[in-house]
Amino acid sequence: MKGVSRDRAISLALIAPSVVLIAVFVYGFIGFTGFASLTKWDSFEPDYTFVGLRNFAKLFGTMPTDRFLCDLRNTVTFTVLFLIACIVIGFLLAMLLDRHIKGEGLFRNIFLFPMAISYIVTGVAWRWILSPGTAQTGATGINLLFDKLGLGFLKWGWFTDPTIIYIHPDSGFGVFLGHVGLGGLTNPYVGISIAMISVVIAATWQMSGYVMAMYLAALRSIPVEMREAARVDGASEFQVYRRIIIPMIRPVTLSALIVLGHISLKIFDLVVSMTGPGPAFATDVPAFYMWDTTFRGNNFAQGAAIAIILLIVVALLIVPYLVSTTRSEARS
Amino acid sequence: MTTLAVRKPLRTSTIVVYALLIIASVLFLMPVYVLLVTGLKGFKDVSLATMWKLPTSLSLASFVQAWVGVPSAGVKGLAQNFMNSVLLAVPATLISAFLGSMNGYVLSKWRFKGANILFPLMLFGMFIPYQSILIPLVRVLQSMHLYGSRGGLIFVHVVYGIPITTLIFRNYYAGIPDELLEASKIDGAGILGIYIAILFPLSLPGFVVVMIWQFTSIWNDFLFAVIVTSRPALQPITVALNNLAGSYSVEWNVQMAGALIAALPTLLIYIFLSRYFMSGLLAGSVKG
Repeated sequence: MKGVSRDRAISLALIAPSVVLIAVFVYGFIGFTGFASLTKWDSFEPDYTFVGLRNFAKLFGTMPTDRFLCDLRNTVTFTVLFLIACIVIGFLLAMLLDRHIKGEGLFRNIFLFPMAISYIVTGVAWRWILSPGTAQTGATGINLLFDKLGLGFLKWGWFTDPTIIYIHPDSGFGVFLGHVGLGGLTNPYVGISIAMISVVIAATWQMSGYVMAMYLAALRSIPVEMREAARVDGASEFQVYRRIIIPMIRPVTLSALIVLGHISLKIFDLVVSMTGPGPAFATDVPAFYMWDTTFRGNNFAQGAAIAIILLIVVALLIVPYLVSTTRSEARS
Repeated sequence: MTTLAVRKPLRTSTIVVYALLIIASVLFLMPVYVLLVTGLKGFKDVSLATMWKLPTSLSLASFVQAWVGVPSAGVKGLAQNFMNSVLLAVPATLISAFLGSMNGYVLSKWRFKGANILFPLMLFGMFIPYQSILIPLVRVLQSMHLYGSRGGLIFVHVVYGIPITTLIFRNYYAGIPDELLEASKIDGAGILGIYIAILFPLSLPGFVVVMIWQFTSIWNDFLFAVIVTSRPALQPITVALNNLAGSYSVEWNVQMAGALIAALPTLLIYIFLSRYFMSGLLAGSVKG
């Protein structure tokens, strides 16, 4: 009995350093950032004068800059397109590979290797591929390839195109929305920044293999007998997928959406190396704005406010996931 | 395709599957093609108009320049930064793996009251946007005299690596039957004795997974590197590559060669140890 309590003490001592480090460097630091976001600290020297939620209010206004509103729009554009692309491509690839074909290992590796690479490398490569070219250089990158393949009509400005697709308040639908009290939707901050499509392509190239791997593992865990039984009962291949496979892999879809979703909210490296903030903040994102304004602009309080908003959004996604995962584990 | 067709008659659906997989493979490999052909071109051969064409002759000049730079023009190569990344990633990976192994052991085999609350609180640390801790991190590192040093960056990676390494080891040890431990407990072995005699020898696959995961994420990290190491002489390769690629005086072929150099170590690990890489990847989605 004495030995056990000694072991108990040692076990706590073993884990204590990690617990203290996480307590300070995660929770303590988040607390400090939260505090800093409520202060006036806007130069290199700390200034802890309390200003309430002023830094947050500034972010959601258009003066002196509408940058954060652009960032939110870009993040929504990016997240939605990136999640759809990864889930669809990942699932299709897993479906193709699930047939136990020859060379499965090779194909799987081809789809997964981008995961091993830094976003910086990905960004450098894709910036070169998607560079649209200028009047002096003519078409470059993928635009040049389109020209050569006779697909010149597909050429466009990629990440240099500042176009925002949104409902103009003077358009027919915009006027209608105004009449029904939804005029708030008719502004460029509720729109789609098409320059983000380039970042989506690069990120999907990097991450869709991950979704494929998750789906493939899930598909392999469905008993073969189940599919066979359905086929014997006369179900078509489509029905087998619709009625059996897709419902069974729903938890994996949820995991994938949460993991990819929190990555897309935090996306930073890829934007740094590929596009930067872009024309009229067309490819700017909150993580980049935070870094820019804090460590280049010395506006610490403003940076802290952005960081806190980012954290809250990520927490809304992750905390329920963590709670439900650990609960279901405790039950089993 | 033809060689396969000889062996057994292919059904149309199989041909379609292969065709789709090959199209997807071409698209996935396209960036590698661009990196390789651009990097292997000589300086005379590189032009925007021929970027999709194979080089007329192979040249390693771009790789040499990306590695050593142009000392006469004051352009730094990536050699020093590559070494910085090695000297950063290797110790940080080893320390992380050791800590994770200890934590995983305690959390799976010596569970204590509150562990069920502590563990998810720890895990949350791997999902946070690091922007939310950067401001105090810089100040605390400054006061610890670790800011801007290699040791400081190693420390940061070890701290923020705790959640994922703990998670992987905890799940790994959970798969080792308690009976194995009970037997030696009865024989009078203590907590450390059991770890050394029983668990550690069984831990090799766990260590491989954790070390691959940590090495890859530390090698590929940009955010901590750019914040913590401001001196170019200490910067890891991702920061240097980003600077190299952002400089208008550096030719495309040198940038692409630099990108390949930066990607090579983790790519090699992936190619040779892809099975373990996959386990780490799937563990990252918590359920493991």
